[in-house]
Amino acid sequence: MTEAVIIGVGLHPFGRFPGKPAMDMGADAVRLALADAGVTWPQIQGGYVGSFEVANPDAIVGKLGLTGVPLRGVFNGCATAGTAVALAARAIETGEHDLTIAIGLDKHPRGAFAADPSVAGIPPWYGQTGLFLTTHFFGMKINRYMHDHGISHETLARVASKNFRNAAGNEKAWRRTPLTPEEVLASPVLNHPLRQYMYCGPDEGAAALVLCRADQAHKYTSTPVRIRSTSLRSRRLGAFEVQSPSFPVGEPVESPTVDASREAYERAGIGPEDVDVAQLQDTDAGSEIIHMAENGLCKDGEQERLIAEGATEIGGRLPVNTDGGLLGNGEPIGASGLRQIHEIVLQLRGTAGTRQIPGTPRVGYTHLYGAPGVSAVTILST
Amino acid sequence: MTTTQRPVTEGLFTWPPSASEPLRLIGSECTACGLVSFPAASDCVRCASDESKIRLLADRGTLWTYTTQNFRPPSPPYDGPETFEPYAVGYVELAGELLVEARLTEPDPEKLRIGQDMRLTLVPYAVRDDGTEVMTFAFAPVEESAQAEPVEEEAS
Ligand SMILES: [Zn+2]
Repeated sequence: MTEAVIIGVGLHPFGRFPGKPAMDMGADAVRLALADAGVTWPQIQGGYVGSFEVANPDAIVGKLGLTGVPLRGVFNGCATAGTAVALAARAIETGEHDLTIAIGLDKHPRGAFAADPSVAGIPPWYGQTGLFLTTHFFGMKINRYMHDHGISHETLARVASKNFRNAAGNEKAWRRTPLTPEEVLASPVLNHPLRQYMYCGPDEGAAALVLCRADQAHKYTSTPVRIRSTSLRSRRLGAFEVQSPSFPVGEPVESPTVDASREAYERAGIGPEDVDVAQLQDTDAGSEIIHMAENGLCKDGEQERLIAEGATEIGGRLPVNTDGGLLGNGEPIGASGLRQIHEIVLQLRGTAGTRQIPGTPRVGYTHLYGAPGVSAVTILST
Repeated sequence: MTTTQRPVTEGLFTWPPSASEPLRLIGSECTACGLVSFPAASDCVRCASDESKIRLLADRGTLWTYTTQNFRPPSPPYDGPETFEPYAVGYVELAGELLVEARLTEPDPEKLRIGQDMRLTLVPYAVRDDGTEVMTFAFAPVEESAQAEPVEEEAS
């Protein structure tokens, strides 16, 4: 089977852009990715584009050129971008196309996501009585995890502080004001034990990746980034997942992140010990801590020591969320995972500027998690 | 003045309250594999059977995890009062049945702990313009003293 490689990346800044439609941000990201790859829009043979807010994100051809290209809209909650890149890679791996694109774009209103529970298959009373909040799940999951594995409030604050500090060095990030752990711990509690500065917020932004067959990459770039594997898994019965009015008792069942991660390592022939830099879904500081273990990067409970030692800092043994993660960038759902891959590509190329991790990183890892219990993992290498 | 009360929806818990029948959540049990569901579900997510029977769930359990809600949730779908009072939510493990997500009557996280004994109750989560209280289910910490076996008073 032919391998897919990334030859171009483009990122529209994440944040708030009054008056600028999501589609325009997406078109900007595509133009950056095309220029980075050294190709033109008419050369693109197919692609996948994801968005939560835009009903027909594939209408972006109206901004880029009506070339007749098959462009398919995809949506998979917070794992939307994982789906877009997986399908764009698959189209190359199966021989359908030689040159494809993955695009994500979104423009969310301010504040927490508000939705009708019925669209998630949830009864109305769950929303009416104040249970239909994704933030509850994150608060409850880390609260239980702290109880079971000895994670402290200070460690939550250190994670948030690190991601804001990393974002401060990223000109395309939204939250670029560094905050000390003490400042994070002084912010108001939203959902015990999580505080205001421990949560990411919905915002706006777009990203795009140009992919091609590995055996043709030399025509475009000397630094292709290989897509070693992609994996997407949904929740299994018994797992503790977001937006669950109840779940079965019994032996704990692992999250879809554990399932997707194991599958991605196996397909890539790469182990957690080989990962040089990781981008993990940090909807909140607790999620980053839990996701370190769920993605096999440490054992449950080891985070307390690793984070205190600075292992997840840019200069540490296992840098996590070097561009500021979701805490620093916010979450335009359709674009978020492509932003993660954009950062990994810069790191593997050695062009991440002040955020560049030391040495010669060879393997990068990205992970998404969202409602109603879906995870996507992409493993990349030089 | 008599306050009128109504449940947030039918079929979620036993209603109206009665002195002879304790309050219970209305779940279901798959007739093929025995999986317990809440709210009651006709389809089974374990064996895909579409036959189930109603099962009233235990009214006691233990707190598995919890969090607090310190800001007013977006409306819609939330239809509680405009004047917001923080509340707590958690998952309560009903032994041998399931873990159920619910409001907790105790809003202070310092007074909640994982493993705590909890019992089912109702709370008026909203009051309509005509004074009708809209009731939903919640779990309340069981007072340690009320639950403990009677013990000899220590000599002072
Ligand atoms: Zn069944």
